[in-house]
Amino acid sequence: MTRIWSWGALLIGALIFALPLIGMTEFSLKMRRGVYSFDAYAKVLGDPRFQETFGYSVLMALFTILFGVLLIVPTAYWVRLKMPRARPFIEFVTLLPLVIPAIVIVFGYIRLYNTSSWLPLTGTAMGTNILLMFGYATLALPYMYRSVDTGLRTIDVATLTEAAQSLGAGWITILGRVILPNVMVAVLSGAFLTFAIVIGEFTMAALLDRPAFGPYLQQLGANRAYEPAALAVISFGITWACMGLIQLITRFSKHTKAQR
Amino acid sequence: MGKHALSTRLENGALVAKPKRAGPRRAKLPLNWLGLMPFALFAILFLILPTLKIVFGAFQSPDGAFTLDNIRALNTGSIRSAYWVSIKLSLLTALLGCLIGFAMAAAVVLGGLPKWIRSPLLTFSGVASNFAGVPLAFAFLATIGPVGLITVFLRTKLGIDLRDLGFNLLSFVGLSLTYLFFQIPLMILIITPALDGLKREWKEAATVLGATGFQYWRMVALPILFPSLLGTFALLFANAFGAVATAYALTGPQLNIVPLKLFAQIRGDVLGDPHLGYALAFGMIVITGIANAIYIWLRTRSERWLK
Repeated sequence: MTRIWSWGALLIGALIFALPLIGMTEFSLKMRRGVYSFDAYAKVLGDPRFQETFGYSVLMALFTILFGVLLIVPTAYWVRLKMPRARPFIEFVTLLPLVIPAIVIVFGYIRLYNTSSWLPLTGTAMGTNILLMFGYATLALPYMYRSVDTGLRTIDVATLTEAAQSLGAGWITILGRVILPNVMVAVLSGAFLTFAIVIGEFTMAALLDRPAFGPYLQQLGANRAYEPAALAVISFGITWACMGLIQLITRFSKHTKAQR
Repeated sequence: MGKHALSTRLENGALVAKPKRAGPRRAKLPLNWLGLMPFALFAILFLILPTLKIVFGAFQSPDGAFTLDNIRALNTGSIRSAYWVSIKLSLLTALLGCLIGFAMAAAVVLGGLPKWIRSPLLTFSGVASNFAGVPLAFAFLATIGPVGLITVFLRTKLGIDLRDLGFNLLSFVGLSLTYLFFQIPLMILIITPALDGLKREWKEAATVLGATGFQYWRMVALPILFPSLLGTFALLFANAFGAVATAYALTGPQLNIVPLKLFAQIRGDVLGDPHLGYALAFGMIVITGIANAIYIWLRTRSERWLK
Protein backbone atom coordinates (compact mmCIF):
# COMPACT_ATOMS: atom_id res chain seq x y z
CA MET A 1 0.00 0.00 0.00
CA THR A 2 2.72 2.46 1.01
CA ARG A 3 4.68 1.42 -2.01
CA ILE A 4 1.85 2.33 -4.38
CA TRP A 5 1.60 5.78 -2.80
CA SER A 6 5.37 6.16 -3.05
CA TRP A 7 5.44 5.29 -6.73
CA GLY A 8 2.54 7.67 -7.27
CA ALA A 9 4.29 10.58 -5.55
CA LEU A 10 7.51 9.89 -7.40
CA LEU A 11 5.82 9.58 -10.80
CA ILE A 12 3.84 12.80 -10.39
CA GLY A 13 7.01 14.60 -9.35
CA ALA A 14 8.97 13.09 -12.21
CA LEU A 15 6.25 14.25 -14.59
CA ILE A 16 6.47 17.84 -13.30
CA PHE A 17 10.21 17.76 -13.92
CA ALA A 18 10.21 15.87 -17.18
CA LEU A 19 7.50 17.73 -19.09
CA PRO A 20 9.25 21.14 -19.29
CA LEU A 21 12.48 19.42 -20.30
CA ILE A 22 10.73 17.40 -22.99
CA GLY A 23 8.81 20.49 -24.02
CA MET A 24 11.87 22.64 -24.52
CA THR A 25 13.78 19.89 -26.32
CA GLU A 26 10.91 19.14 -28.68
CA PHE A 27 10.31 22.82 -29.35
CA SER A 28 13.98 23.47 -30.08
CA LEU A 29 13.90 20.83 -32.82
CA LYS A 30 10.81 22.20 -34.58
CA MET A 31 12.26 25.17 -36.43
CA ARG A 32 11.93 23.55 -39.85
CA ARG A 33 8.29 23.00 -40.65
CA GLY A 34 7.06 19.42 -40.48
CA VAL A 35 10.34 17.68 -39.56
CA TYR A 36 12.66 17.67 -36.59
CA SER A 37 15.96 19.39 -37.27
CA PHE A 38 18.87 21.04 -35.52
CA ASP A 39 18.29 24.30 -37.41
CA ALA A 40 17.66 26.30 -34.25
CA TYR A 41 20.93 25.08 -32.75
CA ALA A 42 22.85 25.83 -35.95
CA LYS A 43 21.36 29.30 -36.00
CA VAL A 44 22.15 29.96 -32.35
CA LEU A 45 25.69 28.60 -32.45
CA GLY A 46 26.40 30.57 -35.64
CA ASP A 47 25.17 33.84 -34.15
CA PRO A 48 28.20 36.06 -33.47
CA ARG A 49 26.34 37.66 -30.54
CA PHE A 50 26.02 34.21 -28.98
CA GLN A 51 29.73 33.58 -29.36
CA GLU A 52 30.63 36.98 -27.95
CA THR A 53 28.33 36.86 -24.92
CA PHE A 54 29.03 33.23 -24.16
CA GLY A 55 32.76 33.85 -24.40
CA TYR A 56 32.40 36.87 -22.14
CA SER A 57 30.50 34.90 -19.50
CA VAL A 58 32.93 31.98 -19.61
CA LEU A 59 35.81 34.42 -19.12
CA MET A 60 33.96 36.14 -16.26
CA ALA A 61 33.29 32.75 -14.65
CA LEU A 62 36.98 31.79 -14.88
CA PHE A 63 38.12 35.09 -13.36
CA THR A 64 35.49 34.79 -10.63
CA ILE A 65 36.69 31.28 -9.80
CA LEU A 66 40.33 32.40 -9.79
CA PHE A 67 39.57 35.35 -7.53
CA GLY A 68 37.32 33.23 -5.32
CA VAL A 69 40.00 30.58 -4.81
CA LEU A 70 42.71 33.15 -4.12
CA LEU A 71 40.48 34.87 -1.56
CA ILE A 72 38.68 31.97 0.10
CA VAL A 73 41.35 29.30 0.44
CA PRO A 74 43.83 31.47 2.40
CA THR A 75 41.01 32.96 4.48
CA ALA A 76 39.40 29.64 5.41
CA TYR A 77 42.87 28.20 6.10
CA TRP A 78 43.86 31.13 8.28
CA VAL A 79 40.60 30.96 10.23
CA ARG A 80 41.12 27.26 10.92
CA LEU A 81 44.77 27.65 11.84
CA LYS A 82 44.99 30.89 13.76
CA MET A 83 41.62 32.51 14.26
CA PRO A 84 39.06 29.91 15.32
CA ARG A 85 37.34 32.63 17.33
CA ALA A 86 36.58 34.57 14.15
CA ARG A 87 34.78 31.59 12.64
CA PRO A 88 31.17 32.39 13.56
CA PHE A 89 31.67 35.93 12.33
CA ILE A 90 33.18 34.85 9.00
CA GLU A 91 30.49 32.22 8.49
CA PHE A 92 27.83 34.81 9.13
CA VAL A 93 29.34 37.11 6.50
CA THR A 94 29.55 34.30 3.96
CA LEU A 95 25.84 33.56 4.46
CA LEU A 96 24.81 37.16 3.83
CA PRO A 97 24.60 36.84 0.02
CA LEU A 98 21.84 34.27 0.57
CA VAL A 99 19.94 36.77 2.71
CA ILE A 100 20.40 39.91 0.62
CA PRO A 101 18.92 39.42 -2.87
CA ALA A 102 21.37 39.90 -5.76
CA ILE A 103 19.29 42.74 -7.13
CA VAL A 104 19.71 44.68 -3.89
CA ILE A 105 23.48 44.11 -3.83
CA VAL A 106 23.91 45.33 -7.40
CA PHE A 107 21.67 48.30 -6.64
CA GLY A 108 24.11 49.20 -3.88
CA TYR A 109 27.06 48.84 -6.30
CA ILE A 110 25.45 51.19 -8.80
CA ARG A 111 24.88 53.81 -6.13
CA LEU A 112 28.22 53.36 -4.41
CA TYR A 113 30.58 53.08 -7.38
CA ASN A 114 28.99 55.42 -9.93
CA THR A 115 30.97 57.99 -11.85
CA SER A 116 30.58 60.70 -9.20
CA SER A 117 31.71 58.53 -6.28
CA TRP A 118 35.06 58.05 -4.58
CA LEU A 119 35.74 54.83 -6.51
CA PRO A 120 34.14 55.34 -9.96
CA LEU A 121 34.25 51.72 -11.11
CA THR A 122 31.22 52.02 -13.40
CA GLY A 123 32.89 54.86 -15.29
CA THR A 124 34.83 52.54 -17.59
CA ALA A 125 34.02 49.21 -19.24
CA MET A 126 36.98 47.56 -17.54
CA GLY A 127 35.99 48.96 -14.17
CA THR A 128 32.45 47.65 -14.62
CA ASN A 129 33.80 44.24 -15.60
CA ILE A 130 35.83 44.18 -12.41
CA LEU A 131 32.80 45.28 -10.38
CA LEU A 132 30.70 42.54 -12.00
CA MET A 133 33.38 39.98 -11.16
CA PHE A 134 33.30 41.07 -7.52
CA GLY A 135 29.52 40.79 -7.66
CA TYR A 136 29.74 37.24 -8.97
CA ALA A 137 32.32 36.40 -6.32
CA THR A 138 29.82 37.66 -3.75
CA LEU A 139 27.06 35.45 -5.17
CA ALA A 140 29.39 32.43 -5.12
CA LEU A 141 30.78 33.22 -1.66
CA PRO A 142 28.40 31.02 0.41
CA TYR A 143 29.00 27.95 -1.77
CA MET A 144 32.73 28.46 -2.23
CA TYR A 145 33.42 29.07 1.45
CA ARG A 146 31.26 26.18 2.63
CA SER A 147 32.92 23.85 0.16
CA VAL A 148 36.52 24.84 1.00
CA ASP A 149 35.85 24.85 4.74
CA THR A 150 34.40 21.33 4.57
CA GLY A 151 37.48 20.26 2.63
CA LEU A 152 39.80 21.76 5.27
CA ARG A 153 37.95 19.88 8.00
CA THR A 154 39.10 16.55 6.57
CA ILE A 155 42.81 17.39 6.81
CA ASP A 156 44.99 18.22 9.80
CA VAL A 157 45.81 21.80 8.94
CA ALA A 158 48.05 22.47 11.95
CA THR A 159 50.25 19.40 11.49
CA LEU A 160 50.61 19.93 7.75
CA THR A 161 51.58 23.55 8.33
CA GLU A 162 54.19 22.73 10.97
CA ALA A 163 55.60 19.93 8.86
CA ALA A 164 55.93 22.28 5.90
CA GLN A 165 57.38 25.04 8.05
CA SER A 166 59.95 22.73 9.57
CA LEU A 167 61.05 21.91 6.04
CA GLY A 168 61.52 25.60 5.44
CA ALA A 169 58.39 26.45 3.47
CA GLY A 170 56.98 29.97 3.47
CA TRP A 171 53.29 30.83 3.58
CA ILE A 172 52.85 30.89 -0.18
CA THR A 173 54.52 27.51 -0.57
CA ILE A 174 52.40 26.07 2.23
CA LEU A 175 49.17 27.34 0.71
CA GLY A 176 50.04 26.56 -2.88
CA ARG A 177 51.82 23.23 -2.55
CA VAL A 178 50.46 21.71 0.65
CA ILE A 179 47.01 23.05 1.50
CA LEU A 180 45.58 23.64 -1.97
CA PRO A 181 46.36 20.15 -3.37
CA ASN A 182 44.80 18.64 -0.26
CA VAL A 183 41.53 20.50 -0.68
CA MET A 184 41.52 20.37 -4.48
CA VAL A 185 38.31 18.35 -4.65
CA ALA A 186 36.48 20.86 -2.49
CA VAL A 187 37.90 23.77 -4.49
CA LEU A 188 36.83 22.16 -7.77
CA SER A 189 33.32 21.49 -6.41
CA GLY A 190 33.01 25.14 -5.49
CA ALA A 191 34.48 26.15 -8.84
CA PHE A 192 31.97 24.15 -10.90
CA LEU A 193 29.08 25.49 -8.86
CA THR A 194 30.42 29.01 -9.36
CA PHE A 195 30.63 28.35 -13.09
CA ALA A 196 27.02 27.17 -13.19
CA ILE A 197 25.89 30.26 -11.29
CA VAL A 198 27.87 32.81 -13.31
CA ILE A 199 27.27 31.47 -16.82
CA GLY A 200 23.55 32.22 -16.93
CA GLU A 201 23.37 35.04 -14.39
CA PHE A 202 21.00 37.76 -15.54
CA THR A 203 20.24 40.40 -12.90
CA MET A 204 23.70 41.78 -12.15
CA ALA A 205 24.93 41.71 -15.73
CA ALA A 206 21.76 43.35 -17.03
CA LEU A 207 21.78 46.14 -14.45
CA LEU A 208 25.51 46.81 -14.90
CA ASP A 209 24.86 46.72 -18.65
CA ARG A 210 27.56 44.20 -19.54
CA PRO A 211 27.30 41.98 -22.67
CA ALA A 212 26.92 38.71 -20.74
CA PHE A 213 25.16 35.50 -21.71
CA GLY A 214 22.15 35.99 -19.39
CA PRO A 215 20.97 39.32 -20.82
CA TYR A 216 21.58 37.96 -24.34
CA LEU A 217 19.30 35.01 -23.55
CA GLN A 218 16.61 37.36 -22.32
CA GLN A 219 16.81 39.60 -25.41
CA LEU A 220 16.67 36.62 -27.73
CA GLY A 221 13.68 35.27 -25.84
CA ALA A 222 11.81 38.51 -26.39
CA ASN A 223 12.38 38.43 -30.15
CA ARG A 224 12.62 34.84 -31.37
CA ALA A 225 10.60 31.63 -31.12
CA TYR A 226 12.76 28.52 -31.53
CA GLU A 227 16.25 29.71 -30.69
CA PRO A 228 15.46 30.36 -27.01
CA ALA A 229 14.37 26.74 -26.57
CA ALA A 230 17.65 25.59 -28.11
CA LEU A 231 19.55 27.87 -25.73
CA ALA A 232 17.56 26.52 -22.80
CA VAL A 233 18.62 23.00 -23.77
CA ILE A 234 22.25 24.12 -24.02
CA SER A 235 22.04 25.88 -20.62
CA PHE A 236 20.50 22.83 -19.02
CA GLY A 237 23.32 20.75 -20.48
CA ILE A 238 25.92 23.10 -18.98
CA THR A 239 24.27 23.02 -15.54
CA TRP A 240 24.05 19.24 -15.74
CA ALA A 241 27.71 18.98 -16.77
CA CYS A 242 28.81 21.15 -13.83
CA MET A 243 26.82 19.11 -11.30
CA GLY A 244 27.95 15.85 -12.89
CA LEU A 245 31.59 16.90 -12.67
CA ILE A 246 31.16 17.75 -8.97
CA GLN A 247 29.77 14.25 -8.32
CA LEU A 248 32.48 12.67 -10.42
CA ILE A 249 35.43 14.30 -8.65
CA THR A 250 33.87 13.70 -5.24
CA ARG A 251 33.44 10.02 -6.00
CA PHE A 252 36.93 9.85 -7.50
CA SER A 253 38.47 11.36 -4.37
CA LYS A 254 36.60 8.95 -2.08
CA HIS A 255 38.00 6.15 -4.17
CA THR A 256 41.60 7.31 -3.79
CA LYS A 257 41.15 7.87 -0.06
CA ALA A 258 39.79 4.36 0.45
CA GLN A 259 42.88 2.89 -1.19
CA ARG A 260 45.21 4.32 1.41
CA MET B 1 47.08 17.53 19.75
CA GLY B 2 49.10 16.64 16.65
CA LYS B 3 50.45 20.13 16.65
CA HIS B 4 51.71 19.81 20.20
CA ALA B 5 53.34 16.48 19.57
CA LEU B 6 55.17 17.92 16.61
CA SER B 7 56.36 21.03 18.44
CA THR B 8 57.66 19.03 21.41
CA ARG B 9 59.51 16.77 19.06
CA LEU B 10 60.99 19.75 17.32
CA GLU B 11 61.97 21.45 20.54
CA ASN B 12 63.75 18.34 21.81
CA GLY B 13 65.63 17.97 18.55
CA ALA B 14 68.52 19.99 17.26
CA LEU B 15 66.42 21.86 14.74
CA VAL B 16 64.94 24.30 17.20
CA ALA B 17 67.84 26.00 18.82
CA LYS B 18 66.68 29.57 18.73
CA PRO B 19 65.54 30.90 22.10
CA LYS B 20 64.65 34.22 20.45
CA ARG B 21 61.16 32.89 19.72
CA ALA B 22 59.35 34.35 22.67
CA GLY B 23 59.92 37.91 21.48
CA PRO B 24 58.49 37.83 17.97
CA ARG B 25 55.68 35.51 19.03
CA ARG B 26 54.22 38.07 21.40
CA ALA B 27 54.44 40.71 18.70
CA LYS B 28 52.73 38.32 16.27
CA LEU B 29 49.46 38.02 18.15
CA PRO B 30 47.70 41.10 16.76
CA LEU B 31 49.23 40.36 13.37
CA ASN B 32 46.97 37.31 13.09
CA TRP B 33 44.15 39.68 12.23
CA LEU B 34 46.09 40.81 9.18
CA GLY B 35 45.49 37.40 7.59
CA LEU B 36 41.80 38.19 7.43
CA MET B 37 42.32 41.63 5.92
CA PRO B 38 41.78 40.69 2.24
CA PHE B 39 38.55 38.93 3.07
CA ALA B 40 37.38 41.72 5.36
CA LEU B 41 38.19 44.31 2.72
CA PHE B 42 36.27 42.39 0.07
CA ALA B 43 33.27 41.81 2.33
CA ILE B 44 33.13 45.43 3.43
CA LEU B 45 33.51 46.92 -0.05
CA PHE B 46 31.28 44.60 -2.03
CA LEU B 47 28.78 43.26 0.46
CA ILE B 48 28.41 45.36 3.57
CA LEU B 49 28.90 48.94 2.32
CA PRO B 50 26.52 48.50 -0.67
CA THR B 51 23.88 47.09 1.67
CA LEU B 52 24.37 49.87 4.21
CA LYS B 53 24.10 52.41 1.40
CA ILE B 54 20.63 51.03 0.63
CA VAL B 55 19.59 50.85 4.27
CA PHE B 56 20.69 54.42 5.08
CA GLY B 57 19.25 55.71 1.81
CA ALA B 58 15.87 54.30 2.77
CA PHE B 59 15.81 56.57 5.81
CA GLN B 60 17.00 59.73 4.08
CA SER B 61 15.18 62.49 2.28
CA PRO B 62 16.71 63.74 -1.02
CA ASP B 63 18.58 66.49 0.88
CA GLY B 64 20.10 63.96 3.28
CA ALA B 65 17.97 64.50 6.38
CA PHE B 66 16.53 61.62 8.39
CA THR B 67 12.97 60.71 7.46
CA LEU B 68 10.48 57.86 7.69
CA ASP B 69 8.49 59.08 4.69
CA ASN B 70 10.10 56.59 2.27
CA ILE B 71 9.18 53.66 4.48
CA ARG B 72 5.68 55.03 4.89
CA ALA B 73 5.34 55.44 1.13
CA LEU B 74 5.87 51.67 0.74
CA ASN B 75 2.40 51.17 2.16
CA THR B 76 0.66 52.97 -0.68
CA GLY B 77 -0.84 52.08 -4.03
CA SER B 78 1.08 49.92 -6.46
CA ILE B 79 4.03 49.32 -4.10
CA ARG B 80 1.82 47.79 -1.43
CA SER B 81 0.10 45.59 -4.01
CA ALA B 82 3.52 44.57 -5.42
CA TYR B 83 4.64 43.44 -1.97
CA TRP B 84 1.36 41.65 -1.47
CA VAL B 85 1.60 39.77 -4.79
CA SER B 86 5.25 38.90 -4.10
CA ILE B 87 4.45 37.58 -0.64
CA LYS B 88 1.53 35.52 -1.97
CA LEU B 89 3.68 34.15 -4.79
CA SER B 90 6.47 33.21 -2.39
CA LEU B 91 4.10 31.67 0.17
CA LEU B 92 2.24 29.63 -2.45
CA THR B 93 5.35 28.28 -4.23
CA ALA B 94 7.09 27.60 -0.90
CA LEU B 95 4.06 25.70 0.40
CA LEU B 96 3.54 23.63 -2.74
CA GLY B 97 7.29 23.11 -3.09
CA CYS B 98 7.44 21.82 0.49
CA LEU B 99 4.44 19.50 0.08
CA ILE B 100 5.45 17.95 -3.24
CA GLY B 101 9.15 17.84 -2.37
CA PHE B 102 8.37 16.22 0.97
CA ALA B 103 6.11 13.63 -0.68
CA MET B 104 8.83 12.74 -3.17
CA ALA B 105 11.63 12.61 -0.61
CA ALA B 106 9.49 10.55 1.78
CA ALA B 107 8.58 8.18 -1.06
CA VAL B 108 12.23 7.55 -1.81
CA VAL B 109 13.57 7.41 1.76
CA LEU B 110 10.72 5.69 3.60
CA GLY B 111 8.36 4.38 0.93
CA GLY B 112 10.16 1.14 0.14
CA LEU B 113 11.20 2.13 -3.36
CA PRO B 114 14.25 0.48 -4.91
CA LYS B 115 17.52 1.96 -3.59
CA TRP B 116 18.91 2.94 -6.99
CA ILE B 117 16.29 5.69 -7.40
CA ARG B 118 17.74 7.80 -4.62
CA SER B 119 21.04 8.84 -6.14
CA PRO B 120 19.67 9.92 -9.55
CA LEU B 121 16.87 11.84 -7.82
CA LEU B 122 19.33 13.77 -5.64
CA THR B 123 21.64 14.47 -8.57
CA PHE B 124 18.72 15.66 -10.63
CA SER B 125 17.51 17.84 -7.76
CA GLY B 126 20.95 19.44 -7.59
CA VAL B 127 20.76 20.26 -11.28
CA ALA B 128 17.12 21.41 -11.30
CA SER B 129 17.50 23.64 -8.25
CA ASN B 130 20.31 25.42 -10.10
CA PHE B 131 18.44 25.52 -13.40
CA ALA B 132 16.64 28.75 -12.65
CA GLY B 133 16.62 32.08 -14.39
CA VAL B 134 16.08 32.86 -18.03
CA PRO B 135 16.44 29.35 -19.53
CA LEU B 136 13.82 28.00 -17.12
CA ALA B 137 11.35 30.56 -18.41
CA PHE B 138 12.09 29.39 -21.97
CA ALA B 139 11.49 25.78 -21.01
CA PHE B 140 8.06 26.61 -19.63
CA LEU B 141 7.18 28.81 -22.60
CA ALA B 142 8.02 25.90 -24.90
CA THR B 143 5.86 23.56 -22.79
CA ILE B 144 2.75 25.39 -21.67
CA GLY B 145 3.14 28.71 -23.46
CA PRO B 146 0.64 29.71 -26.17
CA VAL B 147 2.18 27.30 -28.72
CA GLY B 148 3.90 24.98 -26.24
CA LEU B 149 3.97 21.20 -26.35
CA ILE B 150 1.22 20.55 -23.81
CA THR B 151 -0.96 23.46 -24.92
CA VAL B 152 -0.95 22.27 -28.52
CA PHE B 153 -1.40 18.63 -27.51
CA LEU B 154 -4.45 19.44 -25.38
CA ARG B 155 -5.97 21.63 -28.06
CA THR B 156 -5.48 19.38 -31.07
CA LYS B 157 -5.80 15.92 -29.52
CA LEU B 158 -8.24 16.46 -26.64
CA GLY B 159 -10.01 19.62 -27.72
CA ILE B 160 -9.17 21.46 -24.49
CA ASP B 161 -8.14 25.06 -24.94
CA LEU B 162 -6.12 26.21 -21.94
CA ARG B 163 -6.73 29.84 -22.76
CA ASP B 164 -10.50 29.31 -22.61
CA LEU B 165 -10.00 27.79 -19.17
CA GLY B 166 -8.39 31.04 -18.10
CA PHE B 167 -4.83 29.74 -17.95
CA ASN B 168 -2.08 32.11 -18.96
CA LEU B 169 1.57 31.30 -18.41
CA LEU B 170 2.43 35.00 -18.24
CA SER B 171 0.47 35.49 -15.05
CA PHE B 172 0.57 34.80 -11.33
CA VAL B 173 -0.46 31.15 -11.75
CA GLY B 174 1.97 30.58 -14.60
CA LEU B 175 4.85 32.12 -12.67
CA SER B 176 4.01 30.01 -9.59
CA LEU B 177 4.07 26.86 -11.70
CA THR B 178 7.45 27.84 -13.14
CA TYR B 179 8.95 28.57 -9.70
CA LEU B 180 7.94 25.09 -8.54
CA PHE B 181 10.52 23.70 -10.93
CA PHE B 182 13.34 24.91 -8.65
CA GLN B 183 11.42 24.97 -5.35
CA ILE B 184 10.58 21.23 -5.30
CA PRO B 185 14.17 20.04 -5.92
CA LEU B 186 15.51 22.43 -3.27
CA MET B 187 13.06 20.93 -0.78
CA ILE B 188 14.14 17.40 -1.74
CA LEU B 189 17.82 18.29 -1.28
CA ILE B 190 17.30 19.77 2.18
CA ILE B 191 14.68 17.41 3.61
CA THR B 192 16.26 14.10 2.55
CA PRO B 193 18.98 14.21 5.25
CA ALA B 194 16.30 15.07 7.83
CA LEU B 195 14.24 12.05 6.76
CA ASP B 196 17.36 9.90 6.95
CA GLY B 197 17.67 11.04 10.55
CA LEU B 198 14.36 9.42 11.52
CA LYS B 199 15.57 6.35 13.35
CA ARG B 200 13.91 3.03 12.72
CA GLU B 201 13.84 2.43 16.49
CA TRP B 202 11.40 5.30 16.96
CA LYS B 203 8.95 3.73 14.53
CA GLU B 204 9.39 0.33 16.20
CA ALA B 205 8.95 1.78 19.67
CA ALA B 206 5.77 3.54 18.58
CA THR B 207 4.43 0.34 17.02
CA VAL B 208 5.23 -1.72 20.12
CA LEU B 209 3.28 0.80 22.18
CA GLY B 210 0.33 0.28 19.86
CA ALA B 211 0.51 3.35 17.66
CA THR B 212 -0.96 3.26 14.18
CA GLY B 213 1.05 4.59 11.26
CA PHE B 214 -0.94 7.81 11.36
CA GLN B 215 -0.35 8.23 15.09
CA TYR B 216 3.38 7.64 14.61
CA TRP B 217 3.51 10.41 12.02
CA ARG B 218 1.35 12.83 14.00
CA MET B 219 2.98 12.33 17.41
CA VAL B 220 6.58 11.31 16.65
CA ALA B 221 7.85 11.91 13.14
CA LEU B 222 6.23 15.23 12.30
CA PRO B 223 7.12 16.95 15.59
CA ILE B 224 10.75 15.90 15.05
CA LEU B 225 10.71 17.03 11.44
CA PHE B 226 8.78 20.20 12.18
CA PRO B 227 11.80 22.54 12.59
CA SER B 228 13.32 21.23 9.34
CA LEU B 229 10.02 21.58 7.50
CA LEU B 230 9.29 25.09 8.71
CA GLY B 231 12.91 26.14 8.22
CA THR B 232 12.98 24.88 4.65
CA PHE B 233 9.67 26.62 4.05
CA ALA B 234 11.29 29.90 5.13
CA LEU B 235 14.26 29.26 2.84
CA LEU B 236 12.02 28.50 -0.15
CA PHE B 237 10.06 31.66 0.63
CA ALA B 238 13.19 33.82 0.55
CA ASN B 239 14.36 31.99 -2.57
CA ALA B 240 11.18 32.89 -4.47
CA PHE B 241 10.96 36.39 -3.05
CA GLY B 242 14.36 37.52 -4.35
CA ALA B 243 14.19 35.86 -7.79
CA VAL B 244 14.29 38.26 -10.72
CA ALA B 245 15.45 36.57 -13.91
CA THR B 246 12.75 33.91 -14.35
CA ALA B 247 9.93 36.39 -13.82
CA TYR B 248 11.51 39.00 -16.07
CA ALA B 249 12.14 36.56 -18.92
CA LEU B 250 8.65 35.10 -18.60
CA THR B 251 6.46 38.15 -18.19
CA GLY B 252 8.67 41.11 -18.97
CA PRO B 253 8.22 44.08 -16.67
CA GLN B 254 4.43 43.77 -16.65
CA LEU B 255 3.78 41.56 -13.62
CA ASN B 256 3.63 43.72 -10.51
CA ILE B 257 6.02 41.97 -8.09
CA VAL B 258 8.67 43.62 -5.93
CA PRO B 259 11.85 42.34 -7.66
CA LEU B 260 10.57 43.43 -11.07
CA LYS B 261 9.50 46.80 -9.70
CA LEU B 262 12.96 47.29 -8.22
CA PHE B 263 14.53 46.19 -11.51
CA ALA B 264 12.53 48.81 -13.41
CA GLN B 265 13.34 51.40 -10.75
CA ILE B 266 17.11 50.80 -11.01
CA ARG B 267 16.98 50.91 -14.80
CA GLY B 268 14.88 54.01 -15.20
CA ASP B 269 13.69 55.45 -11.89
CA VAL B 270 10.05 54.62 -12.65
CA LEU B 271 9.02 55.67 -9.16
CA GLY B 272 10.45 59.12 -9.78
CA ASP B 273 12.19 59.13 -6.39
CA PRO B 274 15.56 57.44 -5.86
CA HIS B 275 15.01 57.25 -2.12
CA LEU B 276 11.76 55.41 -2.60
CA GLY B 277 13.84 52.91 -4.60
CA TYR B 278 16.14 52.49 -1.58
CA ALA B 279 13.10 51.89 0.61
CA LEU B 280 11.78 49.28 -1.84
CA ALA B 281 15.11 47.43 -1.70
CA PHE B 282 15.26 47.81 2.08
CA GLY B 283 11.84 46.17 2.36
CA MET B 284 13.16 43.21 0.37
CA ILE B 285 16.14 42.83 2.71
CA VAL B 286 13.85 42.93 5.75
CA ILE B 287 11.53 40.22 4.38
CA THR B 288 14.23 37.84 3.11
CA GLY B 289 16.22 38.60 6.27
CA ILE B 290 13.36 37.50 8.52
CA ALA B 291 12.76 34.37 6.44
CA ASN B 292 16.44 33.42 6.55
CA ALA B 293 16.74 34.13 10.26
CA ILE B 294 13.84 31.70 10.84
CA TYR B 295 15.56 29.14 8.62
CA ILE B 296 18.95 29.38 10.37
CA TRP B 297 17.39 29.35 13.84
CA LEU B 298 15.21 26.32 13.10
CA ARG B 299 18.02 24.47 11.35
CA THR B 300 20.24 24.65 14.42
CA ARG B 301 17.28 23.38 16.44
CA SER B 302 16.62 20.46 14.09
CA GLU B 303 20.27 19.44 13.83
CA ARG B 304 20.33 17.84 17.26
CA TRP B 305 18.04 15.09 15.97
CA LEU B 306 20.26 14.36 13.02
CA LYS B 307 23.31 13.24 14.98
